[in-house]
Amino acid sequence: MPEEEGSPSGILVSGRYSLASVALTNLDPASRAAARGWSDLTIRNMFIIPTLAFLIVFNIFPLIYSLGYSFTNFAANRSEPWQFVGLQNYRELLSDDHIWSNFIITAKYVIVSVAGQMIVGFGLALLLNRSFPMKGLITTLLLLPMMMSAAVVGLFWQLLYSPSWGPINYAFGLGDFAWLSNPDSALYAVAITDIWMWSPFVMLLSLAGLSAVPQHLYEAAAIDRAGRWYTFTRITLPLVSPILLIALIFRTMEAFKTFDIAYTMTTQPTAELLAIRLYKQAFQQWDTGKSCALAYIVLIMVLAITNLYVKYLNRVKER
Amino acid sequence: MAAVRTTGEVALNRIAVVAVLIATLIFLAPIYWIASTAFKPKELAVTVPPTVLFQPEVTPFIRLFTKRVQMQKPVDPQVYEAAPWWEKRVYDGGERVLKVGNDVQLSQYPNRFMNSLIVAVISTVLAVGMGTFTAYGFSRFKMAGEADLLFFILSTRMLPPVVVAIPMFLMYRIVGLNDSHIGLIILYVAFNLSFSVWLMKGFMDEIPKEYEEAALVDGYTRMQAFFKIVLPEAATGIAATAVFCFITAWNEYAFALIMTNRRAQTAPPFIPSQIGSGLPDWTTIAAGTFLFLLPVAIFTFLLRNHLLRGMSFGAIRK
Repeated sequence: MPEEEGSPSGILVSGRYSLASVALTNLDPASRAAARGWSDLTIRNMFIIPTLAFLIVFNIFPLIYSLGYSFTNFAANRSEPWQFVGLQNYRELLSDDHIWSNFIITAKYVIVSVAGQMIVGFGLALLLNRSFPMKGLITTLLLLPMMMSAAVVGLFWQLLYSPSWGPINYAFGLGDFAWLSNPDSALYAVAITDIWMWSPFVMLLSLAGLSAVPQHLYEAAAIDRAGRWYTFTRITLPLVSPILLIALIFRTMEAFKTFDIAYTMTTQPTAELLAIRLYKQAFQQWDTGKSCALAYIVLIMVLAITNLYVKYLNRVKER
Repeated sequence: MAAVRTTGEVALNRIAVVAVLIATLIFLAPIYWIASTAFKPKELAVTVPPTVLFQPEVTPFIRLFTKRVQMQKPVDPQVYEAAPWWEKRVYDGGERVLKVGNDVQLSQYPNRFMNSLIVAVISTVLAVGMGTFTAYGFSRFKMAGEADLLFFILSTRMLPPVVVAIPMFLMYRIVGLNDSHIGLIILYVAFNLSFSVWLMKGFMDEIPKEYEEAALVDGYTRMQAFFKIVLPEAATGIAATAVFCFITAWNEYAFALIMTNRRAQTAPPFIPSQIGSGLPDWTTIAAGTFLFLLPVAIFTFLLRNHLLRGMSFGAIRK
């Protein structure tokens, strides 16, 4: 069949039947015939159901599977039979000081790194929100950190943080300060790296928010001789805040889950985030049943933040 | 900018641009450092003060790709003369390249790099393919509980990887998919699919329904309209989604760390594991990191106009 029959003029000439065979020449005659008769409902189901099925099998089913294990004392590296222990795993976890300290470390990390990202990112966006030569190139360059692999970023920041010969200590005159092996600074060192990596994300979202503020509002403010601070707090901030909130929730969610960057950077117990604790419990101590229970506690917290995120996402979308 | 520009405003603008340039330099400094370390002679990698200017060389990349051993005594001058240029560089460092017969033994790096490429490419094709169909379904047809389904799809992406990895590890152990490409590909498709559906739905929503309706009136079936009208219109969106999925799969660490250890191990868990104990050879590690980050850097430039929607699940457009 000649290709040009697919064009609109070809349709008029050749009519329905021959066209059906153009698009579907690769299929066998049986499905070709079926294709002509597919209803929108069939097509909708065909398009949507495989994806839903795939996600259920590989995301939801595993979670049900692990919910079951969370009530047992199963250990994946031993072959002895496991027993049903009821809520014991959850009770033990919630009364374990070690876990609570992981929660506190994670909370500290989330607050420091997300606050840092919001301040640096929004600050950068305010600076970038004007026209100047090579703006596009500079914005793109600023986005590079967040496109990189967090594990590899964690690795090469080890080089930057090295005591004695590391460029960071040299630049700031910190001498032998061991960022990553000092229990007091390890967590903050990871947070600084995370701020470096993810501020561009906040910047990107803020820029979109800033560019959506109608110019005539600023013009009206200028006519009224409104001060710079007044214009910023009464026009810019209120109009950008919905997108800032999206960035805040999204980053909080991601920071809460942080694993790779912290795991490759430091082994300090003071920087042991919840996800790292979970990994160690599951794949180093092989305390599988208990780690499934911990996974569920983490999961519920993440879902709560996700819910918030989607709610605000839809709100911004509707605007 | 305001209608009236005062001298104060012009000055403020200049200050802001200078501040942007300084901030950009600070943000790029770590990337410059890793890239420059990849081209440094070994002895200049860990100096006090840090070396900024030096004669670049490719020796770290030669070391990255070859298996080497430390030599006990200096190399025989005749052997040295007969060696190709890259082998001489290795001899210069007091090491020799391991060989089987005349074949140079490669290090594990190229293999890990290939694993990353295989897993990322195949999982991207599958995730974007399925995502495109599903996004079209959601975009064009009414469905009861559509918002809930979309939330469900999105929420699968939000799960912490380690939480999903524990049961998947146990299930893979039963069916023998641990440390296999297929196992990792399935995980990455599941991980990227939600993302691809959300992103593609945004692109699909932007294609006017009238295009297909005109085609339907002209005698196209729904499927033909999809393949001949919608897909070409969505090509840019598909490409952008594909690059995003590729970068995510390429960068992924937690699943790869847990699910693979030798055969199917990808570069992200492999590169940090090279540090080992003792004083690491940072130039070789930097060379591996540099090569690994290069594709992502190139893609970032290709994607720059789509970055915003990609990073926000397509919800916010530029």
